[in-house]
Order: sequence, then structure tokens, then C-alpha cells
Amino acid sequence: MTSTSTSTMLSLASAPPTASLSVHENLKGRLKLGGGSLSFNKEKANHFINTKSFSRISMVAAVKVSRFEGVTMAPPDPILGVSEAFKADNDEKKLNLGVGAYRTEELQPYVLNVVKKAENLMVERGENKEYLPIEGLAAFNKVTAELLFGASNPVIKEQRVATVQGLSGTGSLRLAAALIERYFPGAKVLISSPTWGNHKNIFNDARVPWSEYRYYDPKTVGLDFDGMIADIKAAPEGSFVLLHGCAHNPTGIDPTPEQWEKIADVIQEKNHIPFFDVAYQGFASGSLDADAGSVRLFAARGMELLVAQSYSKNLGLYAERIGAINVVCTSADATARVKSQLKRLARPMYSNPPIHGAKIVANVVGDPTLFNEWKAEMEMMAGRIKNVRQKLYDSLTAKDKSGKDWSFILKQIGMFSFTGLNKAQSDNMTNKWHVYMTKDGRISLAGLSLAKCEYLADAIIDSFHNIS
Amino acid sequence: MRQQNTSLEAHGFESPTTESSFSSSISSSSSATDRRLKALARHLVDSSPVMDSHSQNPNDTVSPSPTSSAFHADSVFAHLVRAPEDPILGVTVAYNKDPSPIKLNLGVGAYRTEEGKPLVLNVVRQAEQQLVNDRSRVKEYLPIVGLAEYNKLSAKLILGADSPAIQENRVTTVQCLSGTGSLRVGGEFLARHYHQLTIYIPLPTWGNHPKVFTLAGLSVKTYRYYDPATRGLDFQGLLEDLGSAPSGAIVLLHACAHNPTGVDPTIQQWEQIRQLMRSKALLPFFDSAYQGFASGSLDADAQPVRMFVADGGECLVAQSYAKNMGLYGERVGALSIVCKSADVASRVESQLKLVIRPMYSSPPIHGASIVATILKDRNLYTEWTIELKAMADRIISMRQQLFDALRARGTPGDWSHIIKQIGMFTFTGLNSEQVAFMTREYHIYMTSDGRISMAGLSSRTVPHLADAIHAAVTSFA
Repeated sequence: MTSTSTSTMLSLASAPPTASLSVHENLKGRLKLGGGSLSFNKEKANHFINTKSFSRISMVAAVKVSRFEGVTMAPPDPILGVSEAFKADNDEKKLNLGVGAYRTEELQPYVLNVVKKAENLMVERGENKEYLPIEGLAAFNKVTAELLFGASNPVIKEQRVATVQGLSGTGSLRLAAALIERYFPGAKVLISSPTWGNHKNIFNDARVPWSEYRYYDPKTVGLDFDGMIADIKAAPEGSFVLLHGCAHNPTGIDPTPEQWEKIADVIQEKNHIPFFDVAYQGFASGSLDADAGSVRLFAARGMELLVAQSYSKNLGLYAERIGAINVVCTSADATARVKSQLKRLARPMYSNPPIHGAKIVANVVGDPTLFNEWKAEMEMMAGRIKNVRQKLYDSLTAKDKSGKDWSFILKQIGMFSFTGLNKAQSDNMTNKWHVYMTKDGRISLAGLSLAKCEYLADAIIDSFHNIS
Repeated sequence: MRQQNTSLEAHGFESPTTESSFSSSISSSSSATDRRLKALARHLVDSSPVMDSHSQNPNDTVSPSPTSSAFHADSVFAHLVRAPEDPILGVTVAYNKDPSPIKLNLGVGAYRTEEGKPLVLNVVRQAEQQLVNDRSRVKEYLPIVGLAEYNKLSAKLILGADSPAIQENRVTTVQCLSGTGSLRVGGEFLARHYHQLTIYIPLPTWGNHPKVFTLAGLSVKTYRYYDPATRGLDFQGLLEDLGSAPSGAIVLLHACAHNPTGVDPTIQQWEQIRQLMRSKALLPFFDSAYQGFASGSLDADAQPVRMFVADGGECLVAQSYAKNMGLYGERVGALSIVCKSADVASRVESQLKLVIRPMYSSPPIHGASIVATILKDRNLYTEWTIELKAMADRIISMRQQLFDALRARGTPGDWSHIIKQIGMFTFTGLNSEQVAFMTREYHIYMTSDGRISMAGLSSRTVPHLADAIHAAVTSFA
């Protein structure tokens, strides 16, 4: 292949149809194009060919077009894309209620004191950076299971929990999904309607079929409990039921303890397998034990279950990607086998998990002083969110003369509130009021300060009443 | 479109007993049970793993899914068998269990000092101290593609700071979980967006490669690479196999310090490979895990990659900082895709995000921050190149010492490949029987394909290894 083919290609538009030029002729000579001519003299610059890339042309001709030419531009992530849009906005009133990352009253990111202490300790100790085992840091796996179930829980004492460190909640869910795909082929995962936007993507990419169970009732802005039970009952036996352990995302609506019992009943009846996503333990109510109540309730019944954990929010370790997948089995033998298969799935994905976040957690949870300090910081964070809920509720009821019941703001729990705003109304929040949120009407209260509650109330009232 | 069947073979899926042996007392009215049994029956294949040296589990049985009412005291996971340890990482597991004081771990490729200790580079310690002292640092989620500064610096490191591809914005670089994660994300992207879903990997190659690409959704084939007769490159075989590959197929290339053989093409051979590949529009996918670690020079070790990029064509590059910055456990790497145009690169990047988000959302910040701190600081960077060269030099010296020791013992055979091969590993040419003997009698741990990690050797332990090899070779011809 020679250098002329590119220019031949370029010149086809202007060349007369009879000008079928042989490649060889053009190597050294001139190419007649209508009236003009092109020289391939290396020294001359010419319009079509950059002489610096002369040597590249022979190769370019072989592959004229990108192999990825057909790749289309993907839409931005609906949740993470919100922060990107927020950054691009120059209005000083702008408010980021998109992604669920905790902010202080000054709307600054927050690194927990215990985390700073742990990191200082780690640097002082000067530990090495060897590969972790595929299943992750042993010290981390131990404390994370104990935190979730309670150290004296029979499932722990009887070694019936297979714990594998995962890449925060997402990575842990993905490992579990891969396990389901391989060992429960055809089994469905039931997910709540609505649920965290990335759940569907995880199961889609893992090739695990899913369907939805009713959850959110827009009429009551609360839980559609009967719908939830009916849909779980109607699902094929042996389905996996994805449950939010506490602080449901995006609605903030959790079942009551009595409702959890009934959910466990129907799951047992249908031989379903409960699959908990626990991203907010300690962050929802402020109490680690209380927030683990649902998981422990199921475990106490002797049920086998999957639980994905994340330390992104409760330890503020978002970017360190630290979490775990726990599988509770009826026997220690099954537990060992499950763990070995989880490892087999992790190895071709990333070989072994990152060390830094795991060490931070192990140090904080493993040290009584740091652990107590952590509990205090967590109560502070959860407390701030509760205060903000109260202030927002007060502002809304004071300003809104329509008599609409805004009490759902107080009843919902955790970082998020499902406002009940639809897409058009959410767009209005952003376009008119520079309030950034996800299109499903979810706002992150962690991104709200007491100072901004009144402004937000105005925005919500306007969007709710004036936009349909 | 995913290719389901190939993934099963390379799973090394242990073959359980067939359906006919199940007890007929099993309640077959449960649809979940039926579904699982039928699906499992479809999955029953005898696996003949291409690269793995791990043996099949002889204790395979499949019990029926116990979620039917007859079995609700039993586990729903009863049908899972115990997976064998990973063949490479499992070596360390076995080593740790051995109580012998003379044991030697030459399994996984992690650098050890002359004292046999793991090494954290000085520049890494300095960078970490800087990070910890910086009170303005936060732990907010990184973007899906990772730390921007790190991505730019990584692209420059592998492609060269003056690379036209970078200047023309034709490269998309995304932070991934070390080499493995970069390969997996690249593989998944290709499986979704590329038209030729076959990847050719060298024979032999790193044990994890076939699994990574199979699970990513690609079909894995091999090309000849290692010649046991010469303990060198089977160049003719390589050219023939790549020459007969279908047009557009993906080809995995080890950028330098081939793992496990340590055998690299010469620059002239690389040029021939490049021409052949471009003439057949084969898509290069480089695995660069040892840049700077192989020869001691970052630029020299990047030459093959840069040759391909210089011709204006497209390629993928997976980078790892596990070895060359000693950041093993931090899982720091990057995937770069060099495209024809900035527009294509931008669209490709957007699609990479769709692969990453449902896998782990965004990458971990710590290791990437360390790398960025070092690469962007002139002094730290220079110090790093010196530490890197010291590691490479120590390994080269171990090669020489082992070679000399075998010669001194009159060990039968030609051992010159030990000093000809490059990088962390030596493909000794020992067979699995000899390897098992060395583990049993001399407490030397290595992978059963005869690969040893030179990084795990020291002047003190070379004699022990030489004795073991000598004994193995003379006991088992």
C-alpha cells in the first residue's frame, strides 16, 4: 500500500470518472486533478497531506476509518451526571442535592476524624503494600461481619458467614450478581419500584434477570405494603429479593419491624432468598445496631441470605471503595464453598481488592477508642440530617398555604427524601431554581444546610404547584 | 453479544455427576428445582483449561437444589462445589502453611529485597506522607473514569510525553483496578462494541488472561509464542498464527517482560509483528505490567507500544503500577484506548463509563493519588526512576548468580535462558513432576509450569534453589 491512495481517495470528488490512476504512476509523478495538480514531493507542504506524517499515510490507508466509528455517545450517568451539571452552573444560589455524599452545615465534604487518625497511624506504622488475598483483608472481613450481625451472633460463632471484601456497595452487589448468574441460572432478582438507579445496570451487566415489586405508593408518599407482599408472593419460587436494609434509596421509606416480619414470612413461604443492600448502617438512625435490625431479624430465623455492605457513607470513605459481600449459609461447609466461588469470580474482575480503605475500617472498628469516636461522629451526621428534615418540613408547612401534607419528610429516613416531584417538576427545580437533584424527584438531604431550607422550600412549593 | 459457551470451558467448571443419578425421590414439582437442575445440566462440560495448571476437583457431586419444600433444612448453596485455590495466588497460600524454616516463595510476582522482605519505595512513602499532611484532601467519589490528573500522567508515561496521539486528543485513558481491572474493562468494552470478538493470546501467558477475557465475553484463541526447544521465541509460529487469524481479530501482546516466559521479541521482530498486524487490521491490546521494571528504562520498555502508536493506528493498552511502583495492594492501573480521532475517543470514553459504573461505580483514590504525586513532581519522579533501576538491576544480578550456581554444580542442560530472559520471571523449563519434587523436598514454592519469580530470590537463597534444581533435574530426567 502506498502513499497515493489517501490522496486518491480525497481527490475522487473532483477527479473525472475516467481518471483511474494506477498507484505506481503517482508515486513519483504528478497527479492531475481537473485543472490542478498535486505533488508528492516530500519537501513541499501540500494541502492534503501533512508531510510530517508521511510515513503514517501508508498505514492510514490500510485502515481508513476507526474500528470504533460505530460507537455512539453514551448518555451521562443519571446520578453522577447531576454533580457534573452542578459544577458547570455558575449561579451563586445553586444547590447540589444530587449524589448522596454527606456535607457539613457549611456544605463542605467531610472526612471523619477517626479516619484521619487511622490514616496517620497507618502512615506511622509504615506497613507494606503487598497484594491482599482475593477475598480481601482478613481483619476487615472479620470486623465487617461482626458489625453487621453482632459479634456474638450464632451465624458468626458457627462460621456460617462467607465474607469477601468488595469494591464498596456496587462491587459487592456485582460479585453477588455474578454468583447468582453462575449458580442460580434463570433465577430472578426482585427489586423495589423504585430503587437505586444503578441496581438494574448491575444485574443487566451480570446477565441476571430482574423484575420489580411494588414499593412506593405516590398516594400516601409511603410504602405500598400490600403491593409489595403480593408481588413477592407472585414471583417464581426461589427468586432473590433485593431489600434495602435501612434508609431505602431513593424513597427514604422503610418497613416497620412488624412489616419486616411479614416480609420474612412471605419470603420463607416462597423459598425466596433475601438479598440485602446495606449502604447506611449507622447513618440512618444514628445507631449501628438499630440499622442492622432487619438483617438480624432474617438471620435469627435461620434463613440463608446475601448482604452487600458499604462504608462510603457511614465512614465517609466514598472514594476508597470499601465494602463487602456476606453470604449466610446453613452450614460452615457450604459457607467455605461459597466463599471459594466468590473468589473465583473476583479474580478475573480485579484479582484482589484495594488495601487502603480496608485498613482504615479495620483500624477504626477494631480499636475500642476509635470505634466509640466513630459512633459519636455517626450520630452527629445522622443528627444533622434529622435537623435538616425538621427545618425543611417547618419551612414547607409555614410557606405552603395549600394544606398539602408534607409530613412524609419527617417520616422518611436516611440521606434521601422522595419528594413526589415528577420529572418536569424536577427539571423546574434545576432550570429555574438551580437546585440539582435526580429526575425521579429524589433529593439528598445530606447536601442541604439549615441555612438553605427556606430557599429549597420555595423551590419545592413553586415546582409542585405551578408545574405539571 | 456475549458468548456463553466459551465462558464455561474456561471457568474450569468442575464436572459433576449427571442428572440421571439424582434420586427420584426429589420433589420435581418445584419449578425452581427443575430450572436449576436443567440449567446445571446444560453447564456440565469437561473442562480442559488452556493455561491453568490446577487440577479438577475429584470430589465433584451436585446435589439437587434444596429450595423445594422437601429440603428446606438444607442449604440453597448445596450445589456449589469448593473451587480450587487460584493456581498463582494459591502458591502463596501453600507457602504460608509450610512450617519449614528454609522455605522459599518464588510464586507470585512480588518484588523482594535482598533480605527477602517486601519493599515500599521511598518515593511512595514520601508521597503518602504528603497526602496525609494535606489537610485539604477529601474522600469524595472520583469520577467514573478516575482521577483526571493521574489519567493524563499515565498516558504520557506509556505513550511518551510528546506523543502526537495525546496531543491530538485521540487517547482516552481511564483509571482501573491495576492490570487485571484494565484488561477486564477493555475486554468488556470490546465485547460490546467491536465487530470481531476473538482475542488471540500467546501460548503460554499469564494464567488469569483467559479467564479475564472469557468472562468479559470474548472468545479466546492462542498463538504460538514460546519454543521449549530453544527456550526462546517461536517467531515463525507467531507470524504464521497471527497471519492466519481472521481480519480484525484482537491480539494480546505483552509490552515487555513476557509473563511467564521472560522471552521478548527483539525490536526488529516487533517491527515485523507490527507490519503483519496492520496489514491484517488486527487490533493490538497491550498488557504493560512491567514498564521500567524489565530493562530498568521506562522508555526502552515502552518501545513496542510506541511503535504501534506511531504508525497512526488504533490500540488498547492496559497499564499496571503494581510492580514498577510497588503498589500491588492499592490496585492502581489504567486502560488507554488510542483511537483514530478525538471524536471517536470521546465516544469510546463515554461507553467505558457504562462498563465501569455497574462493576464498581468508580475506582479507588489512594493508589492513583500516590502515582500522580510522584509522576508530576520532578524530584520524586527522578528518585523513582533510580529506585526502579535498582530493582531491575537486582533481578538481573539474581539471574546471573543463579546461572553461575547451576554451572558450578554442573547441572545438566543449557541454562543460558536464565540470563537471556527478561523481567521478573524465569521460565525454567522444569516440568510439573520436577516442580512438585522441589516443593516436597526443598520447600520451594513456584507455579507448576516451572515459572519462578526472580524477584523472590536473594544471594543467600540462590544456592538453595540451585541445589533444588540440580536435584530435580538429575532425579527426573
